[in-house]
Amino acid sequence: MIRDVALGQYMPGKGIVHKADPRLKILVLIAFIVLIFCSFNFAALGVVTAAVAVVIALSDIPLKYYFKSLKVIIFIVVITSVINMFYGTGEPIFRFWILKITMSGIYRAIFVTVRIILLILVSSCLTFTTSPTDLTDAIERLMKPLKFFHVKVHEIAMMMTIALRFVPTLLEETDKIMSAQKARGADMESGGLIKKVRALTPILIPLFVSAFRRAYELAMAMECRCYQGGDGRTRMKSLHLQKHDFFCILFTAAILAGVVLCDVFIAAAI
Amino acid sequence: MSIIEVKDLCFTYGIKTPFEKKAVDSLNLSINEGEIIGLIGHTGSGKSTFVQMLNGLIRPTSGQVFLNGEDIWAKPKEIRKIRFKVGMVFQYPEYQLFDETVYDDIAFGPKNMGLSGEKIDATVKKAAKFSGLSEKLLKKSPFDLSGGEKRRAAIAGVIAMDPDVLVLDEPTAGLDPKGKSLLLSQINSYHRERNNTVIIVSHSMEDIAQIADRVLVMNKGRLEMFDTPKKIFAQAEKLESMGLRVPQITKIMISLKEKGYDVSDGVLTVEQAFCEIVSLLKKEGKI
Repeated sequence: MIRDVALGQYMPGKGIVHKADPRLKILVLIAFIVLIFCSFNFAALGVVTAAVAVVIALSDIPLKYYFKSLKVIIFIVVITSVINMFYGTGEPIFRFWILKITMSGIYRAIFVTVRIILLILVSSCLTFTTSPTDLTDAIERLMKPLKFFHVKVHEIAMMMTIALRFVPTLLEETDKIMSAQKARGADMESGGLIKKVRALTPILIPLFVSAFRRAYELAMAMECRCYQGGDGRTRMKSLHLQKHDFFCILFTAAILAGVVLCDVFIAAAI
Repeated sequence: MSIIEVKDLCFTYGIKTPFEKKAVDSLNLSINEGEIIGLIGHTGSGKSTFVQMLNGLIRPTSGQVFLNGEDIWAKPKEIRKIRFKVGMVFQYPEYQLFDETVYDDIAFGPKNMGLSGEKIDATVKKAAKFSGLSEKLLKKSPFDLSGGEKRRAAIAGVIAMDPDVLVLDEPTAGLDPKGKSLLLSQINSYHRERNNTVIIVSHSMEDIAQIADRVLVMNKGRLEMFDTPKKIFAQAEKLESMGLRVPQITKIMISLKEKGYDVSDGVLTVEQAFCEIVSLLKKEGKI
């Protein structure tokens, strides 16, 4: 049911992408996002697409999970590409009322579609192969320089960890409460919008109540174990770069160089 | 006559994912009208999944559930009707309470059934009486009740639908001994008055021994035993091999017998044990 959402679910595995340092993975993801939006011609876009394909092939995650996560955004992709089609400049090749389609509009649509798809694929790859705790650890480490500006980095990371930790718990809870109310004949499928929204009250109220209860309990449990924030706190697992991480860096650098070269030497398509 | 019949019932979680797990594996059984069934099994034995298939909350992967001889999934659109006939009280049901007053919360089920105002009022009051809630409590917010009262209010919410089969998943979990025995005796008296079928899932062998007509033992998704409590709890070793145990008093009587005292095997309650021991002492002329 609700649990079937593939977007962002961690799947344990032993591939090289799983093993790579989570800090590095986040940086590589950022690099990829920048590259995806800095590819201005088909050659550059081709290089990025090929790189994403390689990462996916190495990720040790069945392809169907990637398709599943694409399914969620297909609607957005279609809408944005259709809108973009009409925003081109130059000689129209097709005209209808005030709408006109130009060659550059079509290029735009293709670029937008490919970019969104690549974006979802690489970010899914990160969340598929990195456990939430690793992810927040990495974010905490990467945000450390912000401490200089008195940003409470550790607290933010802890909040993220807790939030991520409780997503499955709350989903399970929602499932349970839904079952319990359905067992009392709650009808959530039929009726108009207002009726459907109203049908949510018996689920949302118990859910909120239990979320608050859990929060109190967790806070109490943390205080009982003398938790007092990030100062002077050491880590059980500290992250170290390893040999395969340097391959990752090399790979990303190569892609970066490829895209930059394509952008410089080939004329932009959009 | 059998009210519930189950044929080759199977359920697998997370089909075609790395988390695939067979929870219920080819179950075949029938439950008679008016029986109290105790359902026991180790954690993860598929008890909860099984009972949720009885009222159509979970659709079986394969196999069928018959209620009064009719397949409950014959008309999937009318599955809600089945849920009114097979009332289901979940584990820790107090977490499902949501309405402004206890009265409104109990009325949620009957309202969904489409009953008229007066009928709802009557069923709510009846259900509250069955579960031992006073009229004064009905006007309170469910969140102001004590733990035991909340539990009873939630159970009343299911009883109010007047189901032919009442399923209770661990109704006594987390209650103190007094609340426990009170709840069990209330379930028992409700059963006697209404003469409907009751299925109780429990980890407490004492509860099951005390209340059940027949006991259903599940292990790893399969039906292991289905018999009277006397016969089931006489097989202490088999139960222990499945991570279960016999009631404490039964265990004491078994060890007495092993020591050479002439007592019977299937003693289930303290009262029975008391009678057994008194009659034994009388026979030996000690009292």
